[in-house]
Amino acid sequence: MWLLLKYTLLYASVLALVALGGMFSERSGVINIALEGIMVIGGLMGVVIINILNAAGVPVFLGVLLTILISGLAGTVYSSLLAFSSVNLKADQTIGGTALNLLATALAVVIAKRINGTDSPKISYNANTNKVLNNLNFSFQIGPLTLNWFIVVAVIALVAAWFILYRTRFGMRLMACGEHPQAADSVGINVYKMRWCGVLISGFLGGIGGVAYIVPAVGDWNFEMGVAGMGFLALAVMIFGQWKPLGIAAAALFFAVFRAMANIFDSIAFLNALNWPKEIYNMMPFIASMVVLAFTSKKSRAPKAEGVPYDKGSR
Amino acid sequence: MSKKNTAPRLGNASNSIGSLLASLTCILVGLVIGFIALLVLGWITMAQDGNAVSLGQMLQKTWNSGFKAILSGGFYSTANAMGMGVRTEILQAAPLIMTGLSVAFAFKTGLFNIGAAGQYTVGAYFALYAAIVLKLPWWACLIASALGGAIWGAIPGVFKAFLNVNEVITSIMFNWIGLYAVNTLIYQGGTGAMYNTNTTKTYTIKQASPESLLPTFNIQVGGKDYFGAIFLPTIGIFVAIVAAVLIWVVLNKTTFGYELKACGHNKNAAKYAGINDKKNIVLSMTIAGALAGLGAGLFYLSGSKEWEPLVSTALPAAGFNGISVALLASSNPIGCIFSALFIAHITVGGGFMDASIFPSEVSDIISGVVIYLCAFSLLFKSGILKMFQRQGKARKAAPSAEENGKEREA
Repeated sequence: MWLLLKYTLLYASVLALVALGGMFSERSGVINIALEGIMVIGGLMGVVIINILNAAGVPVFLGVLLTILISGLAGTVYSSLLAFSSVNLKADQTIGGTALNLLATALAVVIAKRINGTDSPKISYNANTNKVLNNLNFSFQIGPLTLNWFIVVAVIALVAAWFILYRTRFGMRLMACGEHPQAADSVGINVYKMRWCGVLISGFLGGIGGVAYIVPAVGDWNFEMGVAGMGFLALAVMIFGQWKPLGIAAAALFFAVFRAMANIFDSIAFLNALNWPKEIYNMMPFIASMVVLAFTSKKSRAPKAEGVPYDKGSR
Repeated sequence: MSKKNTAPRLGNASNSIGSLLASLTCILVGLVIGFIALLVLGWITMAQDGNAVSLGQMLQKTWNSGFKAILSGGFYSTANAMGMGVRTEILQAAPLIMTGLSVAFAFKTGLFNIGAAGQYTVGAYFALYAAIVLKLPWWACLIASALGGAIWGAIPGVFKAFLNVNEVITSIMFNWIGLYAVNTLIYQGGTGAMYNTNTTKTYTIKQASPESLLPTFNIQVGGKDYFGAIFLPTIGIFVAIVAAVLIWVVLNKTTFGYELKACGHNKNAAKYAGINDKKNIVLSMTIAGALAGLGAGLFYLSGSKEWEPLVSTALPAAGFNGISVALLASSNPIGCIFSALFIAHITVGGGFMDASIFPSEVSDIISGVVIYLCAFSLLFKSGILKMFQRQGKARKAAPSAEENGKEREA
């Protein structure tokens, strides 16, 4: 049971971080389908930084903090490609995002192979290879429950996202740009700037989400598989959460239970007795998201202007 | 407004030349970025060796053992593997044409079929089942693969038409569901009927059911067989080309195609004109799915690769490369043939690079960059169109003055 809770919280934090990122982007009016790719880049950067910091022998706390920050920054830099194409060049946001997803996996595999100097795209950061800073340093114990620092980050991000969105001028302006950019522009809000901000925030949170998915759960990662659809699940979480921070938190917990089952089904007696293959459990979060979307989409209320490039000239 | 007005006036010819030039620009920039990536990779390797390297040396090395391979990979040939590069290239191009057509067809009808990868996966399962278990002849296996893809394509169509769920989200989810389902069905805990426990792959079609293999062909160059006897290409490429022509005819010369395109241009106007938009959404996703599924059939029935259920943790690249193919071709079915050949060419070339320095995925980077550029290729296109327009105006200005003169004379 503690194990189920551990993995549920782990995946909930990942989904919440990334979905909150997606929320900022879509609330500003840019569909961010590139979340998957941003997670890959963030995860790759995080793993690389862990190995660099491990070699440099920095203190554990500083190492954890730097890893989180730098992977977030990597995601931010990568997301600027999406912002540039969809805001400045008014490109099709879905196609641009898809391109960035493909590019991210290709880049990650090439970089991972170069780092290894072999044909293997697998990077290790476990206790055997890394004596100073490894994946175990990102977790801590409270009684029988294992938690990790990303859960803390996710809770902070959740509170901050709620506050920024509903209690600051910036948040209100951001939402205005996603609902009616023409009106926002007419009262002097710089729509391009706000959309850039929205996408960059999503890049930061998506990058952290990538490392949060990869590092605490396992000790090495094969970058050929990217992040196995987690970024897309986060999109479903965002829709199910109706582009609202609290809704996203609830949706993330709901989906995380399904995702966690794939990790621990063999240690739960009654699930193990069913003798289902692991792939069924891998499938579950995706099936769950389809069922949920089928029932909620008719009432779904997306930001009105999302996906529509804003052209100042056509006001 | 001005953009909408100019396109029809300029006519189809200069419009498609504009698309072609825009695509070529995308390819060129993509290749330049690929070259830079190789340069960086080469520099890192040489720096690790600790040798001082001059820029000239580095450029030479990158060119010889990296970029030259990407550019010429598809033409690779040795004495005992004659025409190997060409064979691999057209083997890979056939499924790419099909997935490209799948995406392009959906684009034309206003849908983004990002699910070609899942439809391809399910199509592969149906093809392999028909071949290995049912031992059907090759053409029946191809029909089975198209059927599998069609089912998997129809689902996002139904979700979109009746439940208002965006087809992009549904397709992505069903990509993963399809992948996991196919892996489970083939493996079945090691007891699957198609699963060979010795090789941890599906049984080769050659052993299980030789009549399910696609027929092969050879061509004569200078009185000799061009392809060495062991490496014969299949007729898959011709099937794909025929499919491309058929799709072009359906889209441009039939009422059905016109209705589908009308729905894509303006759903409400189409509805007003009495077109059943829901039926058309489902139909066009079904056809798109069938095309992608058929692509998988063309690839797996060539017998060059088996499905490996235990290590297939990523979606097949052919599905996503279909997006690049369609975008590069500006969704023109005939254009898909050429853009698929290009993507296959650089993918095959990537594998021929010196793998100790340059990972073959560099060619994926190139195609990723190409799609990214294609996303705003409209920008290139409208720039090119403007150029044409200016020339056109200059040309028009002269004769119209003459005409005026004639009128006055009369």
